[in-house]
Parts: sequence; structure tokens; C-alpha cells
Amino acid sequence: MTTTALPLELRGLAWEAGGERRIDGIHLDLAAGPRTVILGPNGAGKSLLLRLCHGLLTPSAGTIAWRGPAASEARARQAMVFQRPVLLRRSAAANVEYALRVRGLGRGERRARVAAALARTGLSDRARQSARDLSIGEQQRLALARAWASEPELLFLDEPTASLDPAATHAVEAVIEAMHLAGCKIVMTTHDLGQARRVADEILFLHRGRILERQEARRFFDSPATEEAAAFLAGTLKW
Amino acid sequence: MAPLQTFHDSLLAALRLIVTFDPDLVEIVALSLKVSLVGVGLAAVIGLPLGAALAIYPFPGRRAIVLVLDSFMGLPPVAVGLIVYLLLSRSGPLGVLGLLFTPTAMIVAQTMLVLPIIAALAHQFLKDLWHEYAEQLRSLGVGPRQALLTMLWEGRFSLTTAVLAGFGRASAEVGAVMIVGGNIEHATRTMTTAIALETSMGNLSLALGLGMLLMLLSLLINGAAYVIRDLSSQRP
Repeated sequence: MTTTALPLELRGLAWEAGGERRIDGIHLDLAAGPRTVILGPNGAGKSLLLRLCHGLLTPSAGTIAWRGPAASEARARQAMVFQRPVLLRRSAAANVEYALRVRGLGRGERRARVAAALARTGLSDRARQSARDLSIGEQQRLALARAWASEPELLFLDEPTASLDPAATHAVEAVIEAMHLAGCKIVMTTHDLGQARRVADEILFLHRGRILERQEARRFFDSPATEEAAAFLAGTLKW
Repeated sequence: MAPLQTFHDSLLAALRLIVTFDPDLVEIVALSLKVSLVGVGLAAVIGLPLGAALAIYPFPGRRAIVLVLDSFMGLPPVAVGLIVYLLLSRSGPLGVLGLLFTPTAMIVAQTMLVLPIIAALAHQFLKDLWHEYAEQLRSLGVGPRQALLTMLWEGRFSLTTAVLAGFGRASAEVGAVMIVGGNIEHATRTMTTAIALETSMGNLSLALGLGMLLMLLSLLINGAAYVIRDLSSQRP
């Protein structure tokens, strides 16, 4: 990848449903590098924000712009992994290959990338197994392999370990860490504060559709700047 | 002759027709299979993508089309037969084709009869599936055409059931093919129309033989589909 589509710039971003503004006037730059974890109570708008950034929802107001010479190819430069992995009824390898075929890659390159992605996520021995027969932890790693195979510049993760046990969570976090080290920008939501401490370089604290705080992770946890964030960390934030 | 003995004799005669591959019986069975399979095949080729498109693509009038398809699932065969008859009759808009009272007319009638069943069932199956897949496929950058093909493949097991339901309807149908085919011996006589005719004429042996074959055929098709579904679901 010789050019970059980052930073992703959000200006005055808003999203409404049923007359209610669920995302409200967000200004944000997401630059390459630090892993960004979005925290906030239920209904704060974390998943909505990810879906808006990823282009799955259309903003009611504001703009989302990719910078750099590759802006027109922004769609191909990003990927998203959902809380519940949605896998096709075919083998693990075929699931990864499908995503690459959609992007128009040739057979030879597809095969090489599939093998590499499955190896990086520890799923090489599951390549021919039906994706739906994998454990839920393996399925989530396969979803990550599918995302990684397309070599995204930016990866959105929507509570990727919400339904996993500690061992599976650890395995998924290891893949996320490897993707980060490979140069992929990570933007993730989670409810798990322990995970946020482990994974995040910076925290975005979202409340009622607004970003109340953006802090370096350690500082956020040690001395949150807003009352709402402090209450959230203490478990006393009222919705 | 006592009724029970009549039944017994007819049953034996029917079995004799089957095991000796009676030429009349073979001809009727072959034509029935041809008409039903081609009719259902055409209905599947049109109905499966139609059902998938209705499940996936939002467009004005979609709900109205779904409502019409759902309603047409229970179309009376004689009504379909009458419509096809009027279309293909000498004074009808397609009369110049000269298709009335031919197997082609019967295929057209069966296609019309089965199409709403396959399309409506495909729509119902794939609507639920699309709800599960839509966000992921959009995230992967899948376009509308590829999404439709993907959904047809992902729903293949359920869609097999939709096609089988259509085949069940087609193979058991008598009213429409009777009207547009005319039940002409050695030309348009199918198992169901022959059963109706032979029973009315008191020739129970042929009617019974055809009836047994019809039930056997239904059992074989459903059994084969069951095996296919079972095997397919075990594959990746």
C-alpha cells in the first residue's frame, strides 16, 4: 500500500431515527496509528457511529471524508467485523476467498491471501471445515481473517468479543494486535473496560450521541476529564 | 362381482401393467414427467430470482407484487387453464402459434400455476436470510447482482423445498392440463387426466396403476430431495 486514505474526517455528523437525534454533531479525525476504542453506555451511539463511518448508514447531516490520493478507493481500504460473525454456508477458506473475489482479485492472489490470512489467525487446519461448524471464537477469528485478507487500512470492530469466553477473547485480541502491528488502524467499540485498557491507545467517550471526551487511554482511566466519563467508569452513569 | 374382489382384481391388473411396462402406461408417465419437470424447471428459473429480488431489492410496488404472488399461490388450476386456453385458442392473442391441445400448452399452464408458489416461497425464505446477511455483504462491498446470486446459493437448501412444493403441485394437477391439453390419447394424456378419464370409464386397473406410480413418483422425488438436503447440509 503506497498511498493512504487516512485520516478519516467527520464533520458535523448527525443521524436521526424516529425524530430522535442518535448521533449529534460529531467532529472527529481518525488518523493512522493509535488504536481507538469507543466507550460509552448502552444507547450512546457507538455502533451507529461505526456504521456511519463504514458507510452502512447514511448521515442525516454532516460529512464523512477520506483524505489522500486514494479517497476514491476508500471503500476497498476499510473492513468491519461485527459482534456476531456472519459467515457464508461454505468452508472457512471459501469464506475468505469470497471477500477477495468481490474485490476482483485473481485466482492466484486469492489463494495466497487466503492461506496467509488463515495462518495469521491460527485457522490453517480449519481451512476446509464448514465455517458454521467452527466454535464461536474461531468464527470470529475467521471474520477477522476475512477482513485481514483484503489488507484494509482501517478496521472497524463492533464489540467483537461480546459473546466470547476469556480464552477466545484473548485469541481475538491477539489477532487485533497483530493487525495493528501490521499497520492497520483499529477503531473498536467495547463494553469491557478491562479490554479497553488492554487494547486502546486512545479512548473516545461517547454519551447520548456526542463525543464528550477524547483522551490518551491511560489518562482517561486515571483521570477522566468529564463527570459523565468518571461516572461511567465508576458504574454510576445514569442514562 | 363383490366390491372387494373388484378392487383386488384391479390391483392385480394394475401391478401387471406396471411390471410388464405396458406401452400406454409408459407413454402417459413419460409425458407427465416431461410436462411437470419442464414446467417446474421454467417456473424455478423465473421464480427463484424473482423471489430473491423481491427479498433483497427495495423498490416501489414491491409489497404489492408480494401480495399478488402470495394470493396466487392458491390459484385454482381450472382458472389458470381457462386463462391459458383463452390466450392460446384460435381467436386468442397467441392463437397463431397453434399450441392449444399440445404438451407445450400444458407446460405453459403448469409454469403459470407453479411460478407463484416458487417465487412466493423463495421470497419468504430469502427475506429472513437477507436480514441476517445484508449488513455483512454490504460491508464486503458486494453489488446487487452478486448479492442476489449469493443469496440464491446460501438459501439453496430451503429453495430446494420451494421447488419441490412446486413439483408436488404440478404433478398432482389435473384441471389446467385437462383444459389446455384436451386429454388426447397418445398426445396430451397425463397420469392425472388419465386417472380421471379411466375411472369415469370404469377401467380401474389402468387408473390404479397410474395412481400407484404417481404416489411412488412423489415418494421418490421427496426422498431424493431429503437425501440431497441431508448430504448437502453436511458439506462445507
